[in-house]
Amino acid sequence: MQLQQMYQEIILDHYKNPHGRGLRDPFDAESFQVNPTCGDEVTLRVKLDGEIVSDVSYDGQGCSISQASTSVLTDLVVGKPVGEAFKKMDAFVELMQSRGQIEPDEDVLEDGIAFAGVSKYPARVKCALLGWMAFKDAVARSQGAA
Amino acid sequence: MTTTAAPLDVTALRADFPILSRTVRDGKRLVYLDSGATSQRPTQVLDAEKAFLQQHNAAVHRGAHQLAEEATDAYEGARQRIADFVGADFGELVFTKNATEGFNLVAYAMGNAATSGPEAARFVVGPGDEIVVTEMEHHANLVPWQQLAARTGATLKWFKLTPDGRLDLSDVDSVITPRAKVVAFTHQSNVTGVINPVDVLVAAAQKVGALTVLDACQSVPHSPVNFRKLGVDFASFSGHKMLGPSGIGVLYGRRELLEALPPFITGGSMIELVKMEGSTFAPPPQRFEAGSPMTSQAVGLGAAVDYLSVVGMERINAHEHALTVAALEGLSSVKGVRLIGPSDAVNRGGAVPFEIEGVHPHDAGQVLDSLGIAVRVGHHCAWPLHRCLNAQSSVRATFYLYNTLDEVDALVDGVREAQKFFGVA
Repeated sequence: MQLQQMYQEIILDHYKNPHGRGLRDPFDAESFQVNPTCGDEVTLRVKLDGEIVSDVSYDGQGCSISQASTSVLTDLVVGKPVGEAFKKMDAFVELMQSRGQIEPDEDVLEDGIAFAGVSKYPARVKCALLGWMAFKDAVARSQGAA
Repeated sequence: MTTTAAPLDVTALRADFPILSRTVRDGKRLVYLDSGATSQRPTQVLDAEKAFLQQHNAAVHRGAHQLAEEATDAYEGARQRIADFVGADFGELVFTKNATEGFNLVAYAMGNAATSGPEAARFVVGPGDEIVVTEMEHHANLVPWQQLAARTGATLKWFKLTPDGRLDLSDVDSVITPRAKVVAFTHQSNVTGVINPVDVLVAAAQKVGALTVLDACQSVPHSPVNFRKLGVDFASFSGHKMLGPSGIGVLYGRRELLEALPPFITGGSMIELVKMEGSTFAPPPQRFEAGSPMTSQAVGLGAAVDYLSVVGMERINAHEHALTVAALEGLSSVKGVRLIGPSDAVNRGGAVPFEIEGVHPHDAGQVLDSLGIAVRVGHHCAWPLHRCLNAQSSVRATFYLYNTLDEVDALVDGVREAQKFFGVA
């Protein structure tokens, strides 16, 4: 069934048991992002410790894809230098825009590779990128404020 | 809803819609429950467009050749048939690119009234004036009025909703006051299918001399509508929701109002006399149809109203009512499903929005899609309505003349499937 290709077990696990969820203090900057076609939203906070992403916390309302991808995001970027976090983001964005044509690198994207099937559904790509757009914006705001 | 006419022969009628017999997602039978977003077109409409383009295509209202004459006749002939269909006169219908443009036309023309001649004085809106809308509006009949208020300094007011999603009309006179210049509201909600009491709102608006603007996008395709009898001043609807082409909408305006209303989009075709110092404008409807208009789309929409007239709007309405009743019954029998809006089919068209506990609408839509069932998910361009009814978003099934009770059953089964897939059954 096609549906299982899209909703990999990993995605459903992150959806049901999200990592790092809940807004926490302290934080340097916060970003609110909304998907205007469906109303899904995420508020995401970033705490930087020099060049290191020391915490990402978030809250939101949305579908399994948007919530699970934000959960995976926290696994991928917390504790990493900003440059490396952005490389992972670029790899994830490239994967999501690939229409299923890219073989993702598990070393870089870890659980994020489960979203390869989602990239075959153009209407859901925005869902998968919602949290990442918030992360990018929050980091830019943190660095702007610093 | 009662009707003495024979029920629709849906099987025969579906044969007119080739798209309904295709399959989707690896061979699944298509169950199209998204006509509220856009309807499918019968071969009669497609053939009319093709015949126009193959035999009569030319720019209308210009040129002295035979094709120009035939094209103009086809274009204006369509206008006449559409006018007859909605109880309007020939000169009271303006072709727009879609219904949204129709609302913007009225809102922008009113904004232009302040700098137009004395005949436009009745349309002037400014500080101290009020523009009235409702919380159930599609963004198309909300945002243009918010913008008009912002540009002119007028105040936007609105009718709130009752918990079951109907208009709260408990104190009409406090919302529509003598300061009101416009009352814009939907005939039938695109989300819940709720049909509003047009007579009550028109009477209240007329009492204070306010103009009425009706969103008829969801009523004209599904029920007999007569604008003159309804007594509204303006109304807008779209072609693609009533078996017609996209790229065409219709604005209705009472003749005396269109004659006094300043233009919105200006340029060729809409003028009377052009000099370097300034221009005068053509009478309606041409005043509001600047530039080369859509032509095969107008012809296609003319064919669509012919098709609907032959089938019969009363019969279509009765058929959709039966589907709505079945869907409400079927969905409310599923544990964990919350219907949004009224739980009954009284004063309601064929739209059924709902939520499934533990399954986000986007995910529910994906499961339904995998079964071949096309529904709309999200806020359906009615964000304030969703906020009022405590829903972040919803799944919406909408029905048309070609849908069947089997398809309603498929929807209900699909909802159970979604619950199973996400482990919430």
